[in-house]
Amino acid sequence: MTVLKSTVDTHDPGHLARREAMLTKLDELAAEHAKALAGGGQKYVDRHHKRGKLLPRERIELLIDEDSAFLELSPLAGWGTDYTVGASVVTGIGVISGVECLIVANDPTVRGGASNPWTLRKTFRATDIAMANRLPVVNLVESGGADLPSQSEIFIPGGRLFRDLTRASAARVPTVTLVFGNSTAGGAYVPGMSDYVVMVRERAKVFLGGPPLVKMATGEESDDESLGGAEMHARTSGLADFLAEDEPDALRVGRRIVARLNWRKHGPGPVAPVVEPAHDPEDLLGIVPTDLREPFDPREVIARLVDGSDFDEFKPSYGTSLITGWASLHGYPLGILANARGVLFSAEAQKATQFIQLANASDTPLLFLQNTTGYMVGKDYEQAGIIKHGAMMINAVSNSTVPHLTVVMGASYGAGNYGMCGRAYDPRFLFTWPNAKSAVMGPAQLAGVLSIVARQAAAAKGQPYDEQADTGLRAMVEQQIEEQSLAPFLSGRLYDDGVIDPRDTRTVLGICLSAIHSADVAGAERFGVFRM
Amino acid sequence: MISCLLIANRGEIARRVIATCRVLGIRTVAVFSDPDADAPHVREADVAVRLPGAAPTDTYLRGELLIRAARDAGADAVHPGYGFLSENAEFARAVLDAGLTWVGPAPEAIEAMGSKVAAKRLMAEAGVPVLPELVPAEVTEADLPVLVKASAGGGGRGMRIVRALAELDEAVRSARAEAGSAFGDDTVFCEPYLERGRHIEVQVLADRHGTVWALGERECSIQRRYQKVVEESPSPAVSTDLRAALCSAAVAAARAINYVGAGTVEFMVSPKGDFFFLETNTRLQVEHPVTECVTGVDLVRAQLEIAEGGRLAAEPPVPRGHAIEVRLYAEDPAAGWRPQSGPLHRFEMSTVDTEFAVGSSEHGLRLDSGVESGSVIGTHYDPMLAKVIAWAPTRIAAARRLASALAGARLHGPATNRDLLVDVLRHKAFVSGETDTSFLETHRVVERLGENRTERLSALAAAVAESSADRRTHPAIPPGWRNLPSQLQRKRFAGSSGEHEVAYRLERGRLLCDEDVVLFDSRENRATFDIAGVRRTFHVAAYGDRVFVDSSLGSVALQRMPRFTDPAESIAEGSLLAPMPGTVVELVAKAGGRVEAGAELVVLEAMKMRHSVRSPNAGIVEAIEVKVGDQVDAGAVLAVVGVLDVEEG
Repeated sequence: MTVLKSTVDTHDPGHLARREAMLTKLDELAAEHAKALAGGGQKYVDRHHKRGKLLPRERIELLIDEDSAFLELSPLAGWGTDYTVGASVVTGIGVISGVECLIVANDPTVRGGASNPWTLRKTFRATDIAMANRLPVVNLVESGGADLPSQSEIFIPGGRLFRDLTRASAARVPTVTLVFGNSTAGGAYVPGMSDYVVMVRERAKVFLGGPPLVKMATGEESDDESLGGAEMHARTSGLADFLAEDEPDALRVGRRIVARLNWRKHGPGPVAPVVEPAHDPEDLLGIVPTDLREPFDPREVIARLVDGSDFDEFKPSYGTSLITGWASLHGYPLGILANARGVLFSAEAQKATQFIQLANASDTPLLFLQNTTGYMVGKDYEQAGIIKHGAMMINAVSNSTVPHLTVVMGASYGAGNYGMCGRAYDPRFLFTWPNAKSAVMGPAQLAGVLSIVARQAAAAKGQPYDEQADTGLRAMVEQQIEEQSLAPFLSGRLYDDGVIDPRDTRTVLGICLSAIHSADVAGAERFGVFRM
Repeated sequence: MISCLLIANRGEIARRVIATCRVLGIRTVAVFSDPDADAPHVREADVAVRLPGAAPTDTYLRGELLIRAARDAGADAVHPGYGFLSENAEFARAVLDAGLTWVGPAPEAIEAMGSKVAAKRLMAEAGVPVLPELVPAEVTEADLPVLVKASAGGGGRGMRIVRALAELDEAVRSARAEAGSAFGDDTVFCEPYLERGRHIEVQVLADRHGTVWALGERECSIQRRYQKVVEESPSPAVSTDLRAALCSAAVAAARAINYVGAGTVEFMVSPKGDFFFLETNTRLQVEHPVTECVTGVDLVRAQLEIAEGGRLAAEPPVPRGHAIEVRLYAEDPAAGWRPQSGPLHRFEMSTVDTEFAVGSSEHGLRLDSGVESGSVIGTHYDPMLAKVIAWAPTRIAAARRLASALAGARLHGPATNRDLLVDVLRHKAFVSGETDTSFLETHRVVERLGENRTERLSALAAAVAESSADRRTHPAIPPGWRNLPSQLQRKRFAGSSGEHEVAYRLERGRLLCDEDVVLFDSRENRATFDIAGVRRTFHVAAYGDRVFVDSSLGSVALQRMPRFTDPAESIAEGSLLAPMPGTVVELVAKAGGRVEAGAELVVLEAMKMRHSVRSPNAGIVEAIEVKVGDQVDAGAVLAVVGVLDVEEG
């Protein structure tokens, strides 16, 4: 046991101020989440309820095991766009009949559950998670199909939806679809591509073309029920495997289907007993500054995430801007890389490279705790080979095959985002704290760089430089970059899997680690050529 | 000398006799019917003999089988316990004829007291006051109210109170029918009914050498369906003078029939203090422990020693202190005292000082139980689970001790009368000694049961405790965790006051719910709440979907309602379900027939009683799902009645 000591003083004015600032951020986050929860708004929610139908989250509540956890993914998808926050679909990981599943539920209160470009991206992200982690997929379908005004952004890429379903099936990841309402045209292929299909009597409507389209195409007179009713599909076409009496009955049948999947997780189970951290996760609110210029010791964070606050640091005296070490979380072994002081130097990059290889050698998942302003720049560093060393780290991260988890605790700037397993490096899950920011560089630096470049261009042309315009431009750029580096913006673009309350990090990572171990956990056999 | 005793009984009285035999070194032979094969009394006896079958008439009432069992097992004596064949002179005679010792009075004494009509005459001749016997046909308005009674048997069967002359004929007829089927003797008689009378009885012990003891009185006025539920000694209604008069009348009664052994002479005492002989029970009484607790006499031991020819001392011991007994039944007081059956998962009382034996200290709690955790309460025999007896220097102290012990007991199984007993013991009328035979009706004790808020809080505790239970997946993730909470979690429980939907959510250990409570702590088997400033712990035990919650607010039995209804299991509207397990004895209605609301459709027999299943509304009988002789479980569909269309109606 190497229990981390904490030096946090929860009565310290600085701590209390940071806590207040973080609580404000959390309130703002809750307000954004509330938009996703509101779906299409009260009017459409009431109309839906009046029809005797359940909301997507009500369906999920009945689908998952009582008292089990549900980790909703990408709840802010579409934030800052013209579309409703949440992108008219709910995705997440829940436990059904003891099996961790990836659940995708349309929100029919938002434009009839129609898919917009963000719905697609969010759904793709969910199926990626299902495939990477081998999570059975359960679709709760009620969607009017494609949002027609944006069809050009949906139609062609949208085909992937059906491809993913059958590829999952081929990879022996079961797919179950419960149809609660419309699932027409292209949407008909969701049940069509699924292993198991349940349809709700007198509610499900599954056809390639509805009565008007059929009339146009062939002149045939028809009706909804004969073209795609649940009873027809259960008794005649055979597309429905089960005919449910009502929505709860469909969910009951869905639970029974999952119970009989004979599901076995491929990865190992937890290897250590779960011991709560010795230090209170509540303290995280006062540990992490919302002002990213203020440094903090990530050991104080690790002490509030890992089992028993028990952490064995690796290479503690070398490359001290990056902390590496071993711990377990909810019983799963874990290697952790955490930025201590934002900048990554050559030593840190080399230390990370070695550590990532060690984790791969022992099939140990990795957790990246990001708070980085990037790799060090400057003559001395360039000459000492910072590119080579940064590249080694990125090589290791890219070719590592143990599962990666990433939490953006603060800054995530420049190539530091890459080296610390940013979105492009396919961590199995990536979550952001509400105070976090990510961009190619800091807003002030970026505006400053633009200003210097413009000044140089003016000088080269021998033109006078408009200082007043420069000030305005810098302010504008700075503000724009700042807005685009904020957590909701990044989350809205699916650059993470959600913005989470720092106090929930241990729980979220615990759910993720358990999900991850549904698939095999195996380290890489080889990496790219390391430039030495 | 008795060296090996067969106990021709079951349940707690068999265990009671075995306990004394152990002390005396007498070997014991138990008998058991098939449902009792694994009963405690069978395990506790040295050897046991099977009586094939279940119904009493096939088993414990089969004298010849019992005598053969005694012979086979090498018993040299038979103790009949109470009930069954304990007051059957023929059986006593057969035992004696078989060369075995009969632990009880001579068959002649049993016979003399067997007919209540004859016994009353005999007692009147011996100078014991009796109530006048009325000929049913000659009862007039002035005689009312009267009590119609079966001459044979007991246990309240064949007994009817008549307050209006018009009811008399029907009461006599039904009492006669009940007596005939229960005792094989349909003789009934009438006597004046004493309103607010008190049932007081005197325990006597008589040896073969002419010594007769009167061991003080027991009051057993608190009754339901003419069966005693609370018994105590001494009676708060008996003065020293009355006691002396009762005791000497009891001794006179015993002497009048040359009584030998333990017996009980029952009297009715009027509010004015007049007393009248009712009957003599020629056996050990159910409530004998209260006498044991105040006198220190082991009555079973005395019975055995008298049977062996032993002598009583010249004078009985002087009673001291106070003892109260309650009979804990598996029955639902709120549903007409309907007997309950099913598994008794847990039966625990934490403060018991002694079982089946006289205690040593001044204060104590005694448990004479026929069941234990894991027993199954069947439908064939009396649903009494146990007797609980408290004794103390004062009546109030004994009542307090007994009420607390009952309230704190863990009774996880069929519904019991526990709450009713606790209410009685804590009732101010009881505490002040006002315990006449109409106590339960006068004080409407039954109606006060089933407190709704306690049930709702218990359901909440059950839901929260369940959420703390280990889960196979995500064992250490906080229960019901959400990153985007959208609603409370819901669970449904059915209790005696109705169905409770519990809505709750745990957020960082804080409980969000509809009740005004603060969660202090929860585990798999308990939840502790602060309720209006008072911290209370609710202990939760679940057995499948049956959940039992014990707390300082009371004990609650809940049925966890399923989240989903399988349409295949849903029950057609208008279905009538069996209220309890039993046998279909009569089909009154026919499929296709039209019935009025309240019409009898099917008759079930369970726990030796007939229960009618009636139509809730006027309608057409769409189906009868059972036939005569079918054994049905509680909840089985018996018949389906369709509601009449308005046009037709």
